[in-house]
Amino acid sequence: MSLQYVVRRVLLFLLIIWVGTSLIFFLPKLAPNRDPVAQRLGMLAATGGVNSDEIDAMVEAYRAKFGLDLPVWRQYLNYMGDMLRFDFNYSLAMYPATVIEIIGRAVPWSVGLLAVSTFFAFLLGSLLGGLLGWPRTPRIVHYISTPFLMMSSVPYYLLGLIVMYIFAFKLKWLPLGGGSQYGTMPSLSWTFIIDVVQHAILPALSMVIAGIGFWALSMRGMMVTTLGEDYVMLAEARGLSPRRIFFRYAMRNAILPQTTGLALSAGTILSGSLLVEVIFRYPGMGSVLYRAITSFDFFMIYGVVFFVVLTVGLATLMLDLIYPFLDPRIRYSRQ
Amino acid sequence: MSSQFWSYIRRNPLLLVGVSLFVLLFLFWAIGPTFIDVTKARPISAMADLAPSAEYPLGTDSVGRQLLPNLLAGSLYTFEIGLAAGTIGLLVGTILGFVAGYFGGTVDSIISTAADVALTIPALAVLVVIAAVIKEGLNVRSMALIVAMLAWMRPARTIRAQVLSMRERPYVEIARLSGMNDFQIIVQELLPNLLPYLAASYVGAVAAALLAAIGLEAMGLGPQNDPTLGMTIFWCNYYGALLRGMWWWWAPPIAAILYVFMGLFAISSGLDELSNPRLRRAR
Amino acid sequence: MSAAVLQVRNLCVHYDTDAGPIKAAENVTFDLAKGERLGLVGESGSGKSTTVLALLRMVTSPGRIRSGQVVVDGTDLMQLSPEQMRRMRGSAVSLIPQAAMNSLNPVMRIRDHFYDTIRAHDRSMDRRQLAEHSAQLVESVGLRPNVLGMYPHELSGGMKQRVCIAMGICLQPKVIIADEPTSALDVVVQRQVMETLGRIQRELDAAIILVGHDMGLMAQFVDKLGIMYAGRLVEVGPVADVFREPLHPYTRLLINTLPSLDVKAVFKGIPGTTPSLLNAPPGCAFHQRCPDASGSCYESDHVLTEVLPGRWVACPCYAGAAA
Repeated sequence: MSLQYVVRRVLLFLLIIWVGTSLIFFLPKLAPNRDPVAQRLGMLAATGGVNSDEIDAMVEAYRAKFGLDLPVWRQYLNYMGDMLRFDFNYSLAMYPATVIEIIGRAVPWSVGLLAVSTFFAFLLGSLLGGLLGWPRTPRIVHYISTPFLMMSSVPYYLLGLIVMYIFAFKLKWLPLGGGSQYGTMPSLSWTFIIDVVQHAILPALSMVIAGIGFWALSMRGMMVTTLGEDYVMLAEARGLSPRRIFFRYAMRNAILPQTTGLALSAGTILSGSLLVEVIFRYPGMGSVLYRAITSFDFFMIYGVVFFVVLTVGLATLMLDLIYPFLDPRIRYSRQ
Repeated sequence: MSSQFWSYIRRNPLLLVGVSLFVLLFLFWAIGPTFIDVTKARPISAMADLAPSAEYPLGTDSVGRQLLPNLLAGSLYTFEIGLAAGTIGLLVGTILGFVAGYFGGTVDSIISTAADVALTIPALAVLVVIAAVIKEGLNVRSMALIVAMLAWMRPARTIRAQVLSMRERPYVEIARLSGMNDFQIIVQELLPNLLPYLAASYVGAVAAALLAAIGLEAMGLGPQNDPTLGMTIFWCNYYGALLRGMWWWWAPPIAAILYVFMGLFAISSGLDELSNPRLRRAR
Repeated sequence: MSAAVLQVRNLCVHYDTDAGPIKAAENVTFDLAKGERLGLVGESGSGKSTTVLALLRMVTSPGRIRSGQVVVDGTDLMQLSPEQMRRMRGSAVSLIPQAAMNSLNPVMRIRDHFYDTIRAHDRSMDRRQLAEHSAQLVESVGLRPNVLGMYPHELSGGMKQRVCIAMGICLQPKVIIADEPTSALDVVVQRQVMETLGRIQRELDAAIILVGHDMGLMAQFVDKLGIMYAGRLVEVGPVADVFREPLHPYTRLLINTLPSLDVKAVFKGIPGTTPSLLNAPPGCAFHQRCPDASGSCYESDHVLTEVLPGRWVACPCYAGAAA
């Protein structure tokens, strides 16, 4: 894998982060003569109460960095400086907690849910899609997979609502929401772990069901294309067993564009998972964002959005760096 | 000729199913208002929290909206947003994709990199920022514009890939040699062959736009006064409709969304089959 | 002449379409002796590739083998179960594909291609034996053993084609089918590849069917020539005889189109086009373009008959004619 390839990918990653954070800074400024943050801070100061001194100090600090009297480029530099140091200021709604504290507590929940759901959805979905594209697959597989395929275009959170209604509300098999039993302290005991898993099943299920359909559909298309390749034809002419051809010749090649698809979908999957968290009141970034929106906590919004951009950028970068290990044509390119 | 049409339909019923679903929906929107008073979708049109009855077929929500008119108006609004955003996204994406694929070089690099970056930055993130800031000013039209901003990338990529592969084909060479200028080539030779991909991209763009719009609304970032499907779901969540067993509130919008997405899925599968003959199952 | 190692009788392959069946191959019949080289020529769409795919029972839907027998060394391949047929592929009948640009799995090394092929039929060898065997095979086609560790994209077109030849013979098949093995290669490499192929085939004493439309190549390489037209085999005979004195009107016109180094003349084509294989008109497939068509030619199709020892033709004009 050439150094050039790695450098290009890392540069792209940095570009993405830069564009994303800049957008977050500039877009609100497009709203005509309005600074919602200053307004909010003003409101806070007016109703300050106990912390009024500290809030006043915060308002002053804000005005020093981002006040409307400063030139835009100055504000931008201050902003970028803060971002690079991961300084997102205090949460307006949960003062005196800082944004980074709250995000830090939410990230493990989100990453856990996301990673596990995506892993299963991708693997199971790709396998299913491969089978659907393979001509020798028995009909029953096609019948069973039809509902999954139909669910592929349905948003995760809708499935979440349905699943919640059936399993948590009506059947009462699983808890209605949250990450763990209310009031329990996180620990590494078995009871806690089981509790966490119980709470995570429904959110994960809604993501996996919809995800399987999506990956199966795209893999089926890749499979059909791959089966038309000359090397598959020759493999059959050489008398290789159908099983060997399916795994080593067809799937192994079809998974390549599929992985690229995963990298491209990272943003959509993450967005979907945020909404699932909202539905289930799962203590991840989604719920944090939702609370921030409903309470006009702008610093929190900016912080979460930054982290979302960062996560997606990192995921894409990692997949890009793994890809050469899957495709020898990239690894050993001819000069 | 027509016997071939019918035997094709028998093998690919999805396209017909999808189109029929939408025809039914359009009928509902066209004929519905004569029986259902859409103004009753506003709050305080009736007593709150009523279960379905003869007078209120879908009951009422916690602020007194009648839910059957709500469904009619909401589904129409939501679809309008999706369609508008999808159309804008497709137009912009097609033009950019064409330009990138046909002219190549630096123009291509710029457009492609922009599309890659825009694709990676999760749409929801940016949309959240925008919507959060101009919350009070959101209506159906601005929602459509916002969502469209991030719906152009996939059509652009698809069209670009197709144009790249078609550019080198012999019939384009011949067209060029016989003196057609670029514009004529684009319109007369390339466009007709792109139609299946354009159609598929359009359905995809509308679906993506709907997804984004409903997602934003479900978070509360939508038109506060227009009862779109996504906002209805947001209010359901806000007032805890699920826990209070008010199935008549949350079930219809979900059913409507599922209906629309299934329809879009059927159409796109049907189009897929049309444009990729290898997917066709042989007798 | 040694006994026939391949006997094809009345092979019919149809493609089922919405508009009706397309008869891609009709009643193809021929024999092939051990060590013999048959060249199969014809225009695009004449049925050559369909016929050889049918020999391997690899016709994909919507195509179907409707009827016929393919007997290799006494075994009718059409009667075998799918698993039995799989074991025949590569070991009894093998294929060397057209222009090996994409015939090798891009994510597998060359040696793994050989291991796969051998192990699909013979699990007895251990890794060391497989390695030795593979090295011998690549050397026999004129490549260096270090090729084994490479990926397909690291090889040139000619090298890839030679790897395909090595794979095609590694199980010592009785019949080798070479489907236009050199069409995408330049003339110099073409010669090398054909020399390698010829040498290997003689060493193995395997029968070979060479499909193509390069008449010059055929003239130099094959023993017997078979001409296909509109899905039918219209003439079969020793290559020199067919060239010198073609019996079927189509063959005659075909030979006439070949430019000659001695005589300078205007390029000649064959007027008309091939008939639709979908709704073929009754009678001989060639009658619309045949300068000698008459009477029965318009009504019934002609059967391939042996009019002279070793010379078969599907045309009544030569029944009983002397040389």
